[in-house]
Amino acid sequence: MSSTAADPRLVGARVAPRHRIRLSWSDPLFRAVVWQVVIVGLVALLAWYLIGNTNRNLTARHIATGFAFLGRVAGIPIGESLIPYDPAVDTFGRALVIGILNTLQVSVIGIVLATILGTLIGIGRLSGNWLLARLTAFYVETLRDIPLLLQLLFWYTLLHNLPQPRQALRIGDAVFLSNRGVKLPLLEWQSAHSWAVLALLVGAIGTFLWNRHARHRQEATGVRPRIWPMALGLLIVLPLAVWAALGAPLNWEMPALHGFNFQGGGTISPEFFALLLGLVIYTAAYIAEIVRSGIQSVSLGQWEAGRALGLRRGPILRRIVLPQALRVIIPPLTSQYLNLTKNSSLAVAIGYQDVVSIANTTLNQTGQAVEGIAYIMAVYLTISLSISAFMNWYNRHVALVER
Amino acid sequence: MSQTAATAEPAYTTARERPPSSIVGPWAWLRANLFSTWLSTAITLLLGYLILRFLVGFIGWAILNAIWSVPYNAQGVPDTATCINAKGTGACWAVIANKYRLILFGRYPFDEQWRPAICVVLFLALYVVSAIRWFWRPVLALIWVATLAAIGVLMWGGMLGLSFVPEDEWGGLPITLILATFGLAFAFPLAVLVALGRRSTKLPAVRMLCVLYVELIRGVPLISLLFMASVMFPLFMPEGVNVDKLLRAQVAIILFAAAYLAEVVRGGLQALPKGQSEAADALGLTYWQKTAFIILPQALRLVIPPLVNTFIGFFKDTSLVLIVGMFDLLMMGKVALSDPPWQSFSTEVYLTLAVVYSAFCFAMSKYSRGLERELGRAHRR
Repeated sequence: MSSTAADPRLVGARVAPRHRIRLSWSDPLFRAVVWQVVIVGLVALLAWYLIGNTNRNLTARHIATGFAFLGRVAGIPIGESLIPYDPAVDTFGRALVIGILNTLQVSVIGIVLATILGTLIGIGRLSGNWLLARLTAFYVETLRDIPLLLQLLFWYTLLHNLPQPRQALRIGDAVFLSNRGVKLPLLEWQSAHSWAVLALLVGAIGTFLWNRHARHRQEATGVRPRIWPMALGLLIVLPLAVWAALGAPLNWEMPALHGFNFQGGGTISPEFFALLLGLVIYTAAYIAEIVRSGIQSVSLGQWEAGRALGLRRGPILRRIVLPQALRVIIPPLTSQYLNLTKNSSLAVAIGYQDVVSIANTTLNQTGQAVEGIAYIMAVYLTISLSISAFMNWYNRHVALVER
Repeated sequence: MSQTAATAEPAYTTARERPPSSIVGPWAWLRANLFSTWLSTAITLLLGYLILRFLVGFIGWAILNAIWSVPYNAQGVPDTATCINAKGTGACWAVIANKYRLILFGRYPFDEQWRPAICVVLFLALYVVSAIRWFWRPVLALIWVATLAAIGVLMWGGMLGLSFVPEDEWGGLPITLILATFGLAFAFPLAVLVALGRRSTKLPAVRMLCVLYVELIRGVPLISLLFMASVMFPLFMPEGVNVDKLLRAQVAIILFAAAYLAEVVRGGLQALPKGQSEAADALGLTYWQKTAFIILPQALRLVIPPLVNTFIGFFKDTSLVLIVGMFDLLMMGKVALSDPPWQSFSTEVYLTLAVVYSAFCFAMSKYSRGLERELGRAHRR
């Protein structure tokens, strides 16, 4: 209102009188209010009816509502968890936290791998090589048309039909593939390794600073100092030197066959492996299409302009094409990341214990259906909203700044 | 092709030379598309080797060394010794030959399975009719109602001399098609209403409700809704009211699909120029006249390709009902595999199911792409 008053063109202009609501059906404002009251009232009535029924049913079945059950001993066996868990003493609360961690674990690893695979396939579809372009197109077309659940079941049964540990498929004496999953050598972690990781971090910060310094020098003098020797030294030589100075310890804990199963080494369970494989292969097909359309959305003139400036292919891709393509790629990519996270809930079908699987077991054991479903929904809503908030922030970061 | 065109040229262009073979012809094509650089050549050779090896292996496994049938003993129990011997080198398609009726129609009474078979054909006919542009008019709604009613009569029976078959005996492909099609038929009108509500400026309370509904549903996986339908729905109902499992899952799918479809429809509403709505207002049309005759026909036409893509997603998502214990196509595959003699032949069954699912999805996506091209052409003109 105040802006219209401040506009010099409107000084002296007649302002429409403020609309006052009349109690008449011919008044649009009145109609709007009535419709809203009716619709919201109906929804509230429905909610009240359902809640009332639920309460009556719960009392009839002697189920106490509330989250008190979280403190009770769970007694659910959980195959794999990132934090220590003992079904005999630990509570439902801890079991549900493990579910969240397992979901996050498979989603994060899946998102990273699917992005890498999807980008490679998306670029492959644009390759000048006919065979490669056709093969990647076939990959995308086929895998998008098969339900994810079917793919998961396929991988899971395939991994379960692998030979027994005694006849495991092996790569040397280190990696074993059997129906118990994948067995890998595990590095015995010592303090030297921690120091080396610290050195790597220091090296990464140093490389970042050196890169900034190089940019400033380039802007000041027009000559860009070489970055890669410094980066090589900081990122590879420094950590290796720290590790070597501390005695270069390198002990692998090898998996070895004892009786009917393996002992020692790290394990990737068949459930986790099948879920990861299915999610990555399925989502990569969608990401490939997003990457392809993103790259194709940048007009050929951008490449030609870059070449006219005397840039080589690498810098053109990095500095000109990718930043523009990312703008097209990021929003649909976000929804694919969300889809992957939500699709990880199919884990319940192959027995990987994620949020849904553990919540389902919990609600079957305690009868706390409402709380169990509320917990599942709350977890996924939180994850979804966080991912989309982060991606929105990033999207703003790369968005075109318009005048 | 090019040669016949060249010979058909009139005689006075005699001195016309053929382009050099380094530019046209198969040899030049190979050079340009497969062996243009060292890297390209290396990729071609490597991929060519891998594809050939895979194809030879696959054809050997799936066709040449495959077992197509096995002997049965007097009790009808298959003797799978030949299949087990061939494992690893040859596929055992005998499992499909033995189980295809179970996978396709589930536990529907064996002698009555012509009924679900006709239903599948009716569904397919419905899809084909809906895909033809001539039918994009009000009569289509009538066709849908009639066909779905006929399918209901055929599946349930209990009238016209058909014996009654309760829902728990249904299974296989009809369940998948019912969940997808009925889900779509009910979700679509709901989605249009929600999209309109979300766009409404005069009803802020309704808009908030629609936003809440769409964002809530899109933020959670379908499984959580299906679980809700299977464990919480009975709590919602007054005592004594028992809603069938199929119907509960169907409601969950409708609510889920409507949220996603609403976003697609909203995209179409937003893409429509504002002048259309203003012109309708200027003509004195009421809100519903304006929406029904001016806005929706144009907005929906704009979003047909993304709508089809959403349908493809739902068709695949119906397979999730197996997690709440319903006997859809995928579940029947699992059931067939639980038969002891066939337990170790999952690859064959899953491959067959994949072919069925992808046949449906491929047809839809092919159609969507053709439509996109066609509608795009009309737009460019």
